[in-house]
Amino acid sequence: MARRSAPEVNAGSMADIAFLLLIFFLVTTTIETDSGLNRKLPPIEDVVDPPIIKEKNILPVVINKNNQLLVEEELVELKDLRSVAMDFLDNGGGKGEDACDFCRGKRSPSSSDNPEKAIISLKNDRETAYKVYISVQNELVAAYNELRNREFSRLYPSMQMNFIEAQKIYDDPRTSIDRKLDLKPKLSIVKGMFPMKLSEAEPSKTS
Amino acid sequence: MSKFKKKKGGDLPAISTASLPDIVFMLLFFFMVATVMRDSTLMVVNVLPTADQIQKLDKKDRVMYIYAGKPSSRYTDKYGTGARIQLNDKFATVEEVGAFVLAERAAKRQELQNVLTTSLKVDGQTKMGLVSDIKQELRKVQALKINYTTRIGDYTQNLN
Repeated sequence: MARRSAPEVNAGSMADIAFLLLIFFLVTTTIETDSGLNRKLPPIEDVVDPPIIKEKNILPVVINKNNQLLVEEELVELKDLRSVAMDFLDNGGGKGEDACDFCRGKRSPSSSDNPEKAIISLKNDRETAYKVYISVQNELVAAYNELRNREFSRLYPSMQMNFIEAQKIYDDPRTSIDRKLDLKPKLSIVKGMFPMKLSEAEPSKTS
Repeated sequence: MSKFKKKKGGDLPAISTASLPDIVFMLLFFFMVATVMRDSTLMVVNVLPTADQIQKLDKKDRVMYIYAGKPSSRYTDKYGTGARIQLNDKFATVEEVGAFVLAERAAKRQELQNVLTTSLKVDGQTKMGLVSDIKQELRKVQALKINYTTRIGDYTQNLN
């Protein structure tokens, strides 16, 4: 007697099994957040001789316990912070060897000499809400990024990209080494033009 | 010999569900690929603030996580509503942060020990006092690379 062909396996329940697995993964999935603001903390060391910094080169930003923002002792709305910070960094009021040839600011003598000397000093209260602090950090980083974008596009128009995009390509592990070597000096030049000098004071205690 | 009887005309033919498994499998694979299993269960409320000037976090094996926020609703009976720090699977005090970082660092491979980033996943409502204390502890153990982990979005979403 001829061999009978094997009977076909019923695949009708495959959809059920797949659904079961699907629902399991749907329930267990949490899309992880894996991005944020990178910061570097200053190391603890005793500064014996703190460098003397002119007051006009410091932009004091204070967040008080009611989450209000004080820039140079004046109440500022969060939405204006970016432009205030950019005006300060881009001021370029220095003369002689402090002069800044790429700044497009007002060159007011009472504001920062050049971006290299300009320091933003951030001070918060222990009662400040974290989300307000993050918003302020975000805006200050945005001010630096916007200026760096401007300079990057001005210096390297042939790249057809801005600083953020270039940095992203540089950080991407899939980028080839040749391209990284090409980008690295350009990025560091622009970073050097607007170094991120964000100093954070110890938070004040609310009395 | 015909296996199938010809249907009498007139009836609407049933919609074929033969491709249903394919569709389901497609979805299944998407979720399987997108899933990241959490290694610790969250015991704190963790609504991260939003920011848009963000950079991507490093690879997962180079990151250690510190959570902070109010204890979630089922822990409030025991731990109250004051913001707390969570390390791995348990609540911790500020003093324990340093030891945690050192332990995490020692558990990593030699070549990674100097490039570790600390990801701070802090609830938006937390007071800065706690965050500053954590930062101070991190400075003490030389874990200086930190990342304020945030959701992607405009900063104005933080203000309401």
